[in-house]
Amino acid sequence: MEKRFIYADNAATTAVSEEVLNAMLPYFREAYGNASSIYKLGRDAQKAVEEAREKVAAALGADPKEIFFTSCGSESDNWAIKGTAELMAKRGKKHIITSVFEHHAVLHTCEYLEKHGFEVTYVPVSDKGLIDPEDVRKAIRDDTALVTIMYANNEIGTIQPIDEIAAICKEKKVIFHTDAVQAVGHVDIDVHKQGIDMLSLSGHKIHAQKGIGALYIRKGITLPNLIHGGGQERAKRAGTENVPAIVGLGVAIEAATKNIAERNAVIIPRRNRLIDGMLKLPYTRLNGDREKRLPGNLNISFEGIEGESLLLMLDMNGICGSSGSACTSGSLDPSHVLLSIGLKHEIAHGSLRLSIEDDVTDEDVDYILEVIPKVVERLRSMSPVWEKMMKGEKYQ
Amino acid sequence: MMYSEKVLDHFSNPRNVGEIEDADGVGEIGNAKCGDIMKMYLKIDNGIITDAKFKTFGCGAAVATSSMATELIKGKSIDDALKLTNQAVVEALDGLPAVKIHCSVLAEQAVRSALSDYYTRQGIDPLPIVGEIHEPEE
Repeated sequence: MEKRFIYADNAATTAVSEEVLNAMLPYFREAYGNASSIYKLGRDAQKAVEEAREKVAAALGADPKEIFFTSCGSESDNWAIKGTAELMAKRGKKHIITSVFEHHAVLHTCEYLEKHGFEVTYVPVSDKGLIDPEDVRKAIRDDTALVTIMYANNEIGTIQPIDEIAAICKEKKVIFHTDAVQAVGHVDIDVHKQGIDMLSLSGHKIHAQKGIGALYIRKGITLPNLIHGGGQERAKRAGTENVPAIVGLGVAIEAATKNIAERNAVIIPRRNRLIDGMLKLPYTRLNGDREKRLPGNLNISFEGIEGESLLLMLDMNGICGSSGSACTSGSLDPSHVLLSIGLKHEIAHGSLRLSIEDDVTDEDVDYILEVIPKVVERLRSMSPVWEKMMKGEKYQ
Repeated sequence: MMYSEKVLDHFSNPRNVGEIEDADGVGEIGNAKCGDIMKMYLKIDNGIITDAKFKTFGCGAAVATSSMATELIKGKSIDDALKLTNQAVVEALDGLPAVKIHCSVLAEQAVRSALSDYYTRQGIDPLPIVGEIHEPEE
């Protein structure tokens, strides 16, 4: 078996595409003007920024005036949540609803607000990794300022019932924000049709560079300004525009949302072959609903082994993946996402996330399915936990 | 997070993996809940550790520290093995990331746990010789 290099961690980040890079390059040394300047060099930069804004808006079904560029998905989440909190607190609304398995950009922001007089309800998720919209409905109170629920989970890839949750929020007149960092470019999104009030996205997950994101804010919601200063981003987020990154995001999101169905038709069968191949190993389980999940995502627990060891061994075989293991995060607790769907600590520790795109070929799938059983078997052979499992003893 | 070449070497080619069927002392430390378990087997002859083997469930550092600890005590006297510190394991591996230092403590404690078992089997109270074994906190 010849060693291959396979990048299967696109949920962590993606490579900047050639198309994106080429679109960005002129804005470093040729059209490098400040978008606020009056001369042509500046006007060209301004034009490029506005064209990118139109592309982002078109990709989301929004109006360009509703798109604000930020530095990353986390910034978008922070602005949406803290901004809404500040806005609604003036009307006496100091309650926020989110879910237990959000990204830390949302969870830690909510925890921060809890320390500043806000109350937060964390709705649970099912063992399939799905939120029940009725749980959101039940949690809404007269003083609820915001519901923030992720579009698709970053670890187990489960796609949430966003339309239903948005409809409930509309009915109850509560602002609805979604962190769609993992979903954009993989599922069709139309914020107006779906009734989404705010949406966070990130460039580097869709082949733009790191350090650029955007927040869609529906017309009519006047969030407090995030960065005070100049008039950039309609004075809501001051600071000289990162023109090359913004241009790159525009090109990236246009490409990512252009032919989602065609790409998914290629990705899903390969991803399913990976899932089925891995589940042939004993004592394995797929985490998250099999159907309602991002096309390239798989998350599998291998009992008796620990995730970081698995990742290191995969790396030695040229495969880049990710894990819900505590060890990768530097804490002793495994992933809060895997715990939230009911996994025991010791099983959550031994989980693998792969997130593939259409560049992972059928031959790559074959290769991964050759490597995984060998690596899992090797780690199990040196695991005292596996030894006890095989003897039928308890290992907690 | 950066592992030294030595850690990666001991992870990918761990020394002394396995079990000793007729071991004179077996120790186990850690729990699956916190993500690390080390099991250590010792063969002891006339106060000398003639063989040491381990099985580990855990991260790269847990495997590497187990491997290094067995290397450091093989052929040594019990007295020398009892002097093995986690710091010595860390140094022998050319360092560990700060969040992984606890793995070296587990390796040290796994050795002590196996020696404790050895004394117990001999009908000798291990406590005055080996001291308390520290289980990791959950």
